[in-house]
Amino acid sequence: MTQMKLLLVDDESDFLNTLLKRMKRRNVEVQGVGSGESALAWLKTHATDVVILDVRMPGMDGIETLREIKRHFPLTEVIMLTGHASMEVAIEGMEMGAFDYLMKPMDMDELLYKAEDAFKKKNIHEGKIQQMAQQLR
Amino acid sequence: MNRKPIPLSPYYRSLTRNMVLLVMVISLTPMLLVTGIILDQFSTSHHEKVYAHLGELVLKHKQNIDSFLDEKVQNIRFLADSIDFGRVGQAVMIAEDLSRLQGAYGTVFVDLGVVDENGQQAAYAGPFKLEKADYADADWFKKAIDRPCYISDVFLGLRGSPHFIIAVRKTWQDRKWIIRATIDFLSFNGLVERVRIGETGFAYILNREGQFQTKPIFDFIPTLDIYIRYFSTLERMGKEVEIQERLDGTGVKSLYVSALLKGGDWLLVYKQASSDAFSDLRNAQIIAVIIFVFGGIAIVTMAVWMSGKMVRRIATSDNEKEIMNQQVIETGKLASIGELAAGIAHEINNPVAIMFEEANWLRDLIEDGAYKDEADIQEFERALNQIRTQGLRCKEITLKLLSFARKTDSRIEDLDIGHLIEELMALSAQRAKYSNIELVTRIEHDLPTLSASYSELQQVFLNLINNAMDAMDKTGGTLEISAKQEEGQILIGVTDNGPGIPKANLGRIFDPFFTTKPVGSGTGLGLSICYGIIEKMGGGITVKSALEVGTTFEIRIPVKTGEGQDNQTVAEPDTCN
Repeated sequence: MTQMKLLLVDDESDFLNTLLKRMKRRNVEVQGVGSGESALAWLKTHATDVVILDVRMPGMDGIETLREIKRHFPLTEVIMLTGHASMEVAIEGMEMGAFDYLMKPMDMDELLYKAEDAFKKKNIHEGKIQQMAQQLR
Repeated sequence: MNRKPIPLSPYYRSLTRNMVLLVMVISLTPMLLVTGIILDQFSTSHHEKVYAHLGELVLKHKQNIDSFLDEKVQNIRFLADSIDFGRVGQAVMIAEDLSRLQGAYGTVFVDLGVVDENGQQAAYAGPFKLEKADYADADWFKKAIDRPCYISDVFLGLRGSPHFIIAVRKTWQDRKWIIRATIDFLSFNGLVERVRIGETGFAYILNREGQFQTKPIFDFIPTLDIYIRYFSTLERMGKEVEIQERLDGTGVKSLYVSALLKGGDWLLVYKQASSDAFSDLRNAQIIAVIIFVFGGIAIVTMAVWMSGKMVRRIATSDNEKEIMNQQVIETGKLASIGELAAGIAHEINNPVAIMFEEANWLRDLIEDGAYKDEADIQEFERALNQIRTQGLRCKEITLKLLSFARKTDSRIEDLDIGHLIEELMALSAQRAKYSNIELVTRIEHDLPTLSASYSELQQVFLNLINNAMDAMDKTGGTLEISAKQEEGQILIGVTDNGPGIPKANLGRIFDPFFTTKPVGSGTGLGLSICYGIIEKMGGGITVKSALEVGTTFEIRIPVKTGEGQDNQTVAEPDTCN
């Protein structure tokens, strides 16, 4: 199994940087960007397994970004990060195909477990697609 | 319990006064009109009736007296035809005639005499000793000798008591003879004396010289020229009866009814004091006035009492409404604070998340035992500083929230509207950032201070800002608040470039409980509370909106001047487009 590739999207750079440092210290292959737009740009050029996405961001917000990701990169799994006040948005995100959601501030281990699960799900999906492709061939 | 009535404010006092006046005018005017018209009509018809009655009465008596005189003349004529002038010298003959007359007509005829053309009484019968009396110089004789018959005025004559004479001229053997009879003054007087109506009505007869021909019941001296005027009026107009109302010699307003007698020689006058003649009218007037006075007193009392009671009730219900409004405002305030709280919770959540992460980072480092070399220590310091910074950020947010929540009382104070708006904009900045809304404030410098409740104005602008942001939540946009001074008012505009308000809703947005938000999201009270608060301050709130262009709420608040508030511009929300 290959190493899981994560992308962290949050507009609060202090939060983003600390989280990145902690993850890297745990030897997670992770990248961070500060907005929905740059996340989409990054995804175009870099293969990414799981996106951890903040819901409330200026500019393109979490829901919009999620919609775009699901459109262009349907296999990429998305975990939503929400504040307490935006539970409705989290649920909306789940309906739109997000893998799961977490409330800020979240436990690092829990986040990584969820990311692993999402990664596994993605792998299973890819495996199924490859099988089907072979059968069709 | 002895509850003292609350003293009413000048507004309610003037309301009471207006109501009292209105009720009085409305009730008293018809009463006055009806009473006046009826009295006037009654007076007119009563006058006509009295005039007609008195005219009839006087006419009847005039005819009576005339026919009495005529009859006496006829009697004497008849007698004269039977007189044998050859026997004139014999007193017995005349005495027979007199007793015949008296037998037939009573004692109306006092005496009887025959006078020759020289004025010598040739024969006499009667109670006075007037045989051989000389009438050559008597006034009546001079007149009687020229006419077939003559009735004299009343005079004292030779006998020294008032009487008048009926004389008939006869020609016998080319000589003129006059048969004269004296009419009993008392029985003639009785004809006139019987005319008595009321307390002051009586009649008398005057001759052309204004001398009494009868003895009036009330003694007075007639004013000659006035009676002469009556004579001429009656003759000129050809009327039988003349009625006048004027002041008499003693200054009492009296009715004078007059008619000519004796072919225009005498005047029959009936006189009655007006007050007596119109006593029925007077009674009616007095009754009307009494009813009017008592009715008026009753109306005024009722008006004062009812108005007082009603105004007090209005004041009570106004007071209750005021309390209710206060409660609605309080409820609305809680709702808008709730909305604000949701935004602020998120705002606090971000620094909390950072602090949480930094703390965990430090723990990670300690677990790894990385706290010995220089770089590690620097990392520690950075993380701690970060925690401190984020802590301060939390504190700032809570302080803002506290300063908002602390000003909850609706006490009137002098406040700087610019500061209030800036403060609210700062509170809303975070939400605006996430909704891609640009906040613009354009506040004129040196705006005068307003005298208002800080918390109420906060609520007004918070509601408007929240509404604008809700409108632009999906699309983003610009929210601009401007404040400037204009003609003694502060003009504040809250403009968004959201989707706008459909025309159908525009007229209803200030109605309580009107909302377009889904059930559970909005109370529908926000704008109605804004309207209530601004109107209470004597200002006005209007809205302009165009679909796909945006919405502007415009608020005018009068600047408090020395003489108090001017309430002249209260905009009606329903009339704006």
